Amino acid sequence: MKILVCISHVPDTTTKVKFVDGDTKLDTNGIQWVINPWDELSLTRALELKDDASTGIKSVTVAHVGNATTEPTIRKALAIGADDAIRVNVDPADAYHVAAQLAEVVKKEQFDIIMCGIESSDYNNSAVGSMLAEFLDIPSVSAVWGLKIENGQAVITREIDGGKETVTVPTPFVAIVQKGIAKEPRIAAMRGIMMARTKPIKLYEPVAVESLTEYVKFEMPKPRAACKFVDPENPKELITLLQNETKLI
Amino acid sequence: MSVLVYTENWDGKFKKLSLELVSYAGKIAEMMGTITTAVTIGEVSDEELKLLGKYGADKVICLKSDNLKSLDSQLYTSAIAQVAQAEGSKVIVIANNNSGKAIAPRLSVKLKAALGSGVSQLPLSLSPFTVYKRAFSGGAFAHVVLKTDIKIIALTQNSFDIVENNKEVKIERVDVQFDAPKTVVKDVQKQTGKLLLTDAEIVVSGGRGMKSPDNWGPLVELADLLGGATACSRPVSDEGWRPHEEHTGQTGKIIAPNLYIAIGISGATQHIAGVSGSKYIVAVNSDKSAPIFEVAQYGIVGDAQKVLPKLVEAVKEVKAK
Repeated sequence: MKILVCISHVPDTTTKVKFVDGDTKLDTNGIQWVINPWDELSLTRALELKDDASTGIKSVTVAHVGNATTEPTIRKALAIGADDAIRVNVDPADAYHVAAQLAEVVKKEQFDIIMCGIESSDYNNSAVGSMLAEFLDIPSVSAVWGLKIENGQAVITREIDGGKETVTVPTPFVAIVQKGIAKEPRIAAMRGIMMARTKPIKLYEPVAVESLTEYVKFEMPKPRAACKFVDPENPKELITLLQNETKLI
Repeated sequence: MSVLVYTENWDGKFKKLSLELVSYAGKIAEMMGTITTAVTIGEVSDEELKLLGKYGADKVICLKSDNLKSLDSQLYTSAIAQVAQAEGSKVIVIANNNSGKAIAPRLSVKLKAALGSGVSQLPLSLSPFTVYKRAFSGGAFAHVVLKTDIKIIALTQNSFDIVENNKEVKIERVDVQFDAPKTVVKDVQKQTGKLLLTDAEIVVSGGRGMKSPDNWGPLVELADLLGGATACSRPVSDEGWRPHEEHTGQTGKIIAPNLYIAIGISGATQHIAGVSGSKYIVAVNSDKSAPIFEVAQYGIVGDAQKVLPKLVEAVKEVKAK
C-alpha cells in the first residue's frame, strides 16, 4: 500500500501576523515557514505505519501545492522520512483550487491512503481533505485521531461528540486527521537531512481551476479590556466581579 | 431560493448549537427576503422539529434512511445536496463542528459552491457576498468574498445569539433511498450525560501550574459548581494528566465559551489560539508577566493550589444564597 500525505506550508505558529497593501495581504517579511502542524502529525503517523513491516505500507509520499520558494518545507518533510515528494507548481488560490490540484496528482499516481491535516493554521478552513475526497468521489473520514492497519484493512478511530467511534472504509480514502494521531511530530535526524538532498521532488504543472473565494481584507482581533487584578488573598472579590460585571455566575 | 440550514440532531434531540444555526440562517433569509428551510437526518419527533420553527425555520425537512444511521461523509453530502437542489437554496448554513467539517467541504465541491468556514458574524454584505471569518488561528480575521451563485457558511459555535422568531413551521418527512454506506462503524465509545467541552458556556482549564495530576479535584469541583466543563493545556494532556479530548489550543479543541477560567496556564500563543474567541477570560497564575494576563480581563497573581480552594468556597457561598 502507498500513503500520500498532503502538506501545507504555513507561518511558524508563534508568528504575530501583520498585513500589507491596505490589509489585503500577509506581510511575509521575517516569517519562518513550517509544515502545518496537523500535516506534520499525519506524516509522523504515516512513517510509523511504514516502519511496521506488518502493515504492508511500501512508501510514503508528500504532496504540496506551492511555488519554488516552498521547497525547503518539502525538503524538511523528506528529511523527516518521506520517500519522495510531489510539488504542484502554482500559488495556492483557495482551498478549492488546492484540492483540485491535488486531485489531479492522486488520479495520476494512485495511492491507497491519503492523509490531510484537519485544518491549516493560516486560513483555518478545514476544507482541503474533504474537498479532495469529493473531487475523487472516494470516502473521507474526518476528525481522525487513530489509524491502524489490521490484516491489510485500515481501521480508523474518529472523534464524535462525547466519544470515539472505530470505523472502516475501503481504499482509497482520505483520512482527515487531528491531534492524537501521533503524539509528537517526528524530528529530522542528521542522516535524514543528508538523504533528503537527493530524494526526488516530482514537479507537476497546475490544472486550470478558478478559485471560489477571495480574501479581500484582513483585520486584527479587537483589543480586549486590560486585566483587572484581584488580591490573591481574597479570591471572593473575583467571583463578585464576575457576578456583577459579566452576569455569568 | 431559500436559505438552507443543516441542523444535526443528537439521538433525536437538538441543542443550543442547532438553535444558533437556525437563528443565524433566519437572519440571512430576512436580509435576502426569502424563507428558511432546516434539514435534519434521523428520527426526530414533531415536537422537537417544531422547536426549530420557534427560532425562525419556515420549513423543516426530516430525512430518514437506514443507511444514514451514522455519519458517512459521502452519503450525508449527497442527501443535503439533494435537498439544497430541490429547495433551490442559494445559501447553506452548517455548523463548523466535527460533522460540519466532514460535510461542508464535500458539499462545496459537489455544488460548486464557495465555502466560508469559521464564520462568526452575519455576512458583511450580500453583494458581493462577504463573510467574516477566523484566520491565522485567531491571530486575525478575514473578509472573504464567496464568488459563486450558491454559498456555504460554516458557523462557529457560540458566536451567534439565539433569537426567538415564531413561525408556522411546515414539517416534511422524507424517506430517502441510498446504497449502503462505505463507512462501517465497528465500535462506539461514548460518554453520555457529560457536558461537552465545545458546548460549555463556562470552562475551567488547568495547565502545568496545577503541578500534578493529583491536584485536579478542586478544579473539577469549581467547573461543576459553575455548570461548566473542564479543559487543559497541551503539556497537561501530553503528560497524560488529563484526557486528550480536553486539550484546548491551536492543535486541540478550539472553543469560544462565554467564560474561560485558566488556572496555572501561562498562555503560549498556541494555547491562546484555541480560546481567543471566549467572551471573558479569567487567569490565575503565579507569574505576573505570564502572557495569559495580556488576554485576560480578570486576573489573580497567585499559586493555583492556594487560590483554587478559596474560589471554590466563594462560589459555594454565592450559590447558597
